[in-house]
Amino acid sequence: MRQAALLVLEDGAIFSGRSCGAAGEAFGEAVFNTAMTGYQEIITDPSYMGQLVAMTYPHIGNYGVIPGDEESDQPRLAGFIAHEICAKPSNWQSAESLPDYLSRRGVVAIDGIDTRALTLRLREKGALRGVISTVDLDSQSLLRKVRQSPSLIGADLAQAASCPKTFSWSQSGGAESWRLAVMDFGVKYGLLRRLAALGAAVQVFPAVADPRDVLAFSPEGIVLSNGPGDPAAAGYGVAAARAFAESGIPVMGVCLGHQLLALAFGAKTFKLKFGHHGANHPVKDLETGRVAVTSQNHGFGVDTESLPKFLRATHKSLNDGTCEGLAHAELPVFSLQFHPEAAPGPHDALDAFARFAALMAERRRRLASHA
Amino acid sequence: MPKRTDLETILVVGSGPIVIGQACEFDYSGTQGVKALRQEGYRVVLVNSNPATIMTDPDMAEATYIEPLTPEVLERVIARERPQALLATLGGQTALNLAVALAERGALEKYGVELIGAKLESIRKAEDRQIFHRCMQELGLDVPRSLAVSDLASAESAGRELGFPVIVRASFTLGGAGGGIVYHQGELLSKAQAALEMSPIHKILLEESILGWKEYELEVMRDRKDNFVVVCSIENVDPMGVHTGDSVTVAPVQTLSDRQYQEMRDDARKIVSAVGVETGGCNVQFAVDPGTGRRVVVEINPRVSRSSALASKATGFPIAKIAAKLAVGYTLDEIANDITKATPACFEPALDYVVTKVPRFAVEKFGEFALDTAMKSVGEVMAVGRTFKESLQKALRGLENGRKGFESARAASEEDLMKGLATPSSSRLEFVKAAFERGMSASEISKITGIDAWFLNQMEELARFEARLGREKITAELMQEAKRLGFSDEQIARARRTKAARARALRHELGVRPAFELIDTCAGEFESKTPYFYSTYAGAPSLAPAPSAPAKKTRASKSRRVVILGSGPNRIGQGIEFDYCCVQACQALREMGQESVMINCNPETVSTDYDTSDRLYFEPLTLEDVLEILDFEKPLGVVAQFGGQTPLNLARPLAEAGVRILGTQPKAIDLAEDRRLFGRVLKSLKLLAPRSGIAENPRQALAAARRIGYPVMVRPSYVLGGRAMEIVYDDASLKTLAAKALSASEHSSLLIDRFLADAAEIDVDAVSDGKDVFVAGVMEHIEEAGIHSGDSACTLPPHSLSPKVLDAVCRATRSLALKLGVRGLVNVQYAVKDGTLYVLEANPRASRTVPFVSKATGVPLAKIATAVLMGRPLRRLLSAKLLKAPPRLPYVATKEVVLPFIKFPGLDPRLGPEMKSTGEVMGLGPDFPSSFAKSQEASGMSLPKSGAVFLSVKDEDKPALVPVARELLRLGFSLIATRRTKEFLARHGIEAAPVAKIGEGKPDVADLIRQKAVSLVVNTPSGKRERADGFIIRRTALELDVPFITNIRSCQAALGAIAAAKATSAAGQDARPLQDYYRDLAPEIRAARAGRGMRVQRRPAAV
Ligand SMILES: Nc1ncnc2c1ncn2[C@@H]1O[C@H](COP(=O)(O)OP(=O)(O)O)[C@@H](O)[C@H]1O
Ligand SMILES: Nc1ncnc2c1ncn2[C@@H]1O[C@H](COP(=O)(O)OP(=O)(O)O)[C@@H](O)[C@H]1O
Ligand SMILES: [Mg+2]
Ligand SMILES: [Mg+2]
Repeated sequence: MRQAALLVLEDGAIFSGRSCGAAGEAFGEAVFNTAMTGYQEIITDPSYMGQLVAMTYPHIGNYGVIPGDEESDQPRLAGFIAHEICAKPSNWQSAESLPDYLSRRGVVAIDGIDTRALTLRLREKGALRGVISTVDLDSQSLLRKVRQSPSLIGADLAQAASCPKTFSWSQSGGAESWRLAVMDFGVKYGLLRRLAALGAAVQVFPAVADPRDVLAFSPEGIVLSNGPGDPAAAGYGVAAARAFAESGIPVMGVCLGHQLLALAFGAKTFKLKFGHHGANHPVKDLETGRVAVTSQNHGFGVDTESLPKFLRATHKSLNDGTCEGLAHAELPVFSLQFHPEAAPGPHDALDAFARFAALMAERRRRLASHA
Repeated sequence: MPKRTDLETILVVGSGPIVIGQACEFDYSGTQGVKALRQEGYRVVLVNSNPATIMTDPDMAEATYIEPLTPEVLERVIARERPQALLATLGGQTALNLAVALAERGALEKYGVELIGAKLESIRKAEDRQIFHRCMQELGLDVPRSLAVSDLASAESAGRELGFPVIVRASFTLGGAGGGIVYHQGELLSKAQAALEMSPIHKILLEESILGWKEYELEVMRDRKDNFVVVCSIENVDPMGVHTGDSVTVAPVQTLSDRQYQEMRDDARKIVSAVGVETGGCNVQFAVDPGTGRRVVVEINPRVSRSSALASKATGFPIAKIAAKLAVGYTLDEIANDITKATPACFEPALDYVVTKVPRFAVEKFGEFALDTAMKSVGEVMAVGRTFKESLQKALRGLENGRKGFESARAASEEDLMKGLATPSSSRLEFVKAAFERGMSASEISKITGIDAWFLNQMEELARFEARLGREKITAELMQEAKRLGFSDEQIARARRTKAARARALRHELGVRPAFELIDTCAGEFESKTPYFYSTYAGAPSLAPAPSAPAKKTRASKSRRVVILGSGPNRIGQGIEFDYCCVQACQALREMGQESVMINCNPETVSTDYDTSDRLYFEPLTLEDVLEILDFEKPLGVVAQFGGQTPLNLARPLAEAGVRILGTQPKAIDLAEDRRLFGRVLKSLKLLAPRSGIAENPRQALAAARRIGYPVMVRPSYVLGGRAMEIVYDDASLKTLAAKALSASEHSSLLIDRFLADAAEIDVDAVSDGKDVFVAGVMEHIEEAGIHSGDSACTLPPHSLSPKVLDAVCRATRSLALKLGVRGLVNVQYAVKDGTLYVLEANPRASRTVPFVSKATGVPLAKIATAVLMGRPLRRLLSAKLLKAPPRLPYVATKEVVLPFIKFPGLDPRLGPEMKSTGEVMGLGPDFPSSFAKSQEASGMSLPKSGAVFLSVKDEDKPALVPVARELLRLGFSLIATRRTKEFLARHGIEAAPVAKIGEGKPDVADLIRQKAVSLVVNTPSGKRERADGFIIRRTALELDVPFITNIRSCQAALGAIAAAKATSAAGQDARPLQDYYRDLAPEIRAARAGRGMRVQRRPAAV
């Protein structure tokens, strides 16, 4: 029998289950994710920093852990919750079972709980702070600790999620025809992979890098990456976004990057009740009328009402109507709230990368004709 | 894009009779589609030959043609109705093939009919396997290597080139018909020959074998703006080599990583774009090499399918409805999600549960068959659980085959076990269980079976836990875990060597109860408005505030609720007809202002569509599962008489548990079903029954038979569809039979009746309210008694019964219904021999013929019965005239059946007291011969108008043969017979050409059939001493698609039909819609149709 574990939420809900990873105590904001595959990508996605992620799909770990399917160099979420985590995976690529991986990488995880009940609670009450513990099994003591733990509102996590110093992302194959700078607020490898696949030399900069240093790299395009936390707390990111946008270099913002761009242009962001976390979110491209089934992971959103005249909403969530994409009227700047790189999720929105490349090509043509 | 306004009338084509591979899922999709089109304001014209469908109910479409599904008939309908569009993607392979045929004969162009839903070009690309393979290669996708051949010589060389085993596949066929696995050169020629015969375009494909690979299906939708969604992903537990229709399948996919799955999704998207699916649903099948991950495309179906019905039920996403809307111009983002009502249909459902489908086979009819690439199952169960383990166990107990969950094969020897694992069959999972019990490991079993280790690991957990259940003390925790793993009370009881009721009581004491959760399309992310439930025990006991708020909310308050028990998985003898009745009951309850609650586990049905009832429980129909729902729902009562024998068998234990059964009470059920009691009832009414006896062991059986006199009819009690029934002519056969039959019935007793030879059989459906009896239909069988009523053709009104007999039948039915205490439906079967009426049996429930009678008379029988159950007197529902005499029809309706013999190699295609048919059709006409002719055409029997007829009949039929032979000659046929029959005919001055018996010279009869030198075979098998050559003749005719008749009475009817067909003009009979026929009905029948006295009294609207 595996060791007992408890999940306690700030509203006093207590779920008892079994430990399925490392021993310890993990605090964070409890959110649910409805993707039916892709737990490995989710566990390693830096945007989940500070969160306890509950998978709504009951069987997790079926195909084990697959080398090459991680989204960063290590698990990033605060803790992991599932109904049933599989200890005997089956897949030709599997290298390790999920429980072994979680223990080895120090992730506190719990299974054996009614994740649907948890999900309905979060849906009703919004994201709640919580704790998973395998060491303290006194629910009252845990509840006290949860109530003292910090909230994600106002939390700047992007710095912590970012790389400590600049590096170049290398990926085999293809000529490198573009020079790209990526601002790392907790970037997913998936985004870097897709950018490199455009045929780009990708240089990754820390979240707090001086925009001038980035511009000194003379990028032909700049990407503001995804990342965890409250965008409003990442003032350095907002400043950088503004600097880049004004440089005339094509800028693409993804997820947190999208929110930072919106803030840079004076729009407002807000906390969603329980966020969008899943791989089945329909997003309508308001320009083409086409719908993409997208991968999403965000707890904050851009307030469409607050958009300045020169920012136009280009995409909209068909589930709740929230803003899913922005474009600047004059500057070569656009951003997306969802994850065009998917990982996990459907590859319906990959055309965003072509769109970005088109902006860069356009700029190159213009510069050439000026010269 | 909004809907198209250039269309006004749309022709929808159904799928015809239920056959293996094409069952009531197409009634489900068709009904949804027709409803959706009508909601959009289109005029819908429907053609389907199957009267047992909800879609052919006269108020579904504006014009409903119950006519043969042939290109000729469809063209006539088009000429008459002038639709602007044809929607053929809802009616299975049948409708798709018809659309292609209509296009090819120029009918669509001639009448300006546009094919919507799928373009001709796309159908061809998808359905012609060779074109499809080329298309895949152009997309850079992998397919198994294959070679197309259209003759045997090239088949032989193709086989050599591809190596063995090799897969044979026919184009444009259904359920893998005609295909198969060929293991060596020796069997290649015969299989290739058979497949070529079955392909309508005489083309087959030989394909590289990828047996044992993982098999997957994606159910996708695409619209004209290139919006694309995967509604559901399905993984087959049985690997490649077992048809998906015969495989245990699971949704969603379990063993692929996100990257692997998304690549498959990308492929599916590419494929449907390339094929040009742009206004509907499509099924895409893949195989994956478990060792390397190499992925190949197996096939696609550019239409709704069995899998799409499953996907719809599994996810809550109504594929057929949305496909219909896409076909008329909408795009996915313009359509709302019915379940949440707040989000759009342009999304991919997220599941937070696991769905398992398990096929049901007709083992009790056709024996165990090794499974292969041609589908053989007749039905399926779908179960929903939080985990695979829970859903698998629920599905297995829902099968109603005696297993209560994941259980093992009885005492298999080591050798049997290895064979059972290696050969896919309907009981392979039982061998898997046995293997675990014997200590084999999941990986060993995986090697032998090809089943992915993940599934086996799950099953191993079940086997392990079951061992604990037998050993450990039962605590609340252990009980909770047992239930979380899906163990039924009966399994728990078995492990504890106690009774299920005890186990249940203990469970309740320990407080272990299920939660009812929603199937909500979104894993709980949004609130769901549609009450569509499954039970689960996955809610781990939580310490403080119980997180069960939603369960409470689902509990409706006042009890206007009526629970209807469905009929479970389709099987031979219990299929769509019963679902039809359940659906009508839901509709009637709604009309009466009551709430209907449906319980069923059959994903193919209309009854499990979420908007058929007010509340739907997707649950097995076992006592345990039903009781838990009833306890949760607290309904006014339970209806057990519409779903066939399944709910009828539950009526008594439910009543004993204090449940109120609406309508006929369990006591009355016993009166009808217990032969002794029933005998007494008949006696008191001065009604005759064949002499009979009851035996509990072979010795008593022999004694009874001697007393009654041979031949005797032997049958077990409490079974449906004549299971294990036989006609016995002597002691020796009786002894063997008694031993076999006594194991087929749980209530082990045998009924032995005098067999009434050469008697006419009559079926009656009636409704009683305890005071009055409405005799709705008296049907005369074409075949004599001794051929199961479910396998006989029959007519309404009777074609040959005297008014005196008819009157006696009506009187007997009335007195029986009243005496038995029937409230609701009752079906009585009679035999008439030498002018004497015998009662064969009474079934106090809906019968298989209720839909046929309803369609033929226009009176919605099940709805009237529902009103009676709810306490409405018949007098308020029907006129006095109808309560006195059955409705008189100014036309004739004939029901004919379809049989699955072709799917079961080696099976004798003959009829008997054991039912074998899978479905039925109806033919309507001004008189018996014309309606019979239509029924034959609709059932796929193309009666010849000229040519040679081979005659070979049993001795008893010889006298009747003389007029038959004369009539054949008069109609211009020539006759062929073997020596003895030829001599017999010669004695009556009838000339026939001679032919050698099988094995007695060349060419023999079978050769003639093979050469198609015979246009009709009449061969009536003798009950007593059937010779082997009869079998060869029938089987050869069957396989070569030469019309054959095995019954002298059918032959007589067929001659009438041929004469009628010859007499009508070349244009053939007119196709006429039901609504048109009904206009000729008497006013009191039309009033009954309109449902007088059914509707809720509405308060007058305030002015
Ligand atoms: N090349 C093959 N090797 C092994 N099995 C195959 C192969 N092709 C098909 N099958 C099996 O045969 C079944 C039926 O084939 P499919 O192409 O899906 O025809 P159908 O139109 O009858 O569904 C599949 O479900 C699969 O299990
Ligand atoms: N005594 C009998 N003599 C002749 N035929 C019989 C007799 N009893 C039953 N049959 C035939 O067997 C068929 C099945 O018997 P029935 O009692 O109706 O069983 P089931 O419950 O399967 O419908 C009938 O439809 C009838 O054709
Ligand atoms: Mg198939
Ligand atoms: Mg019967």
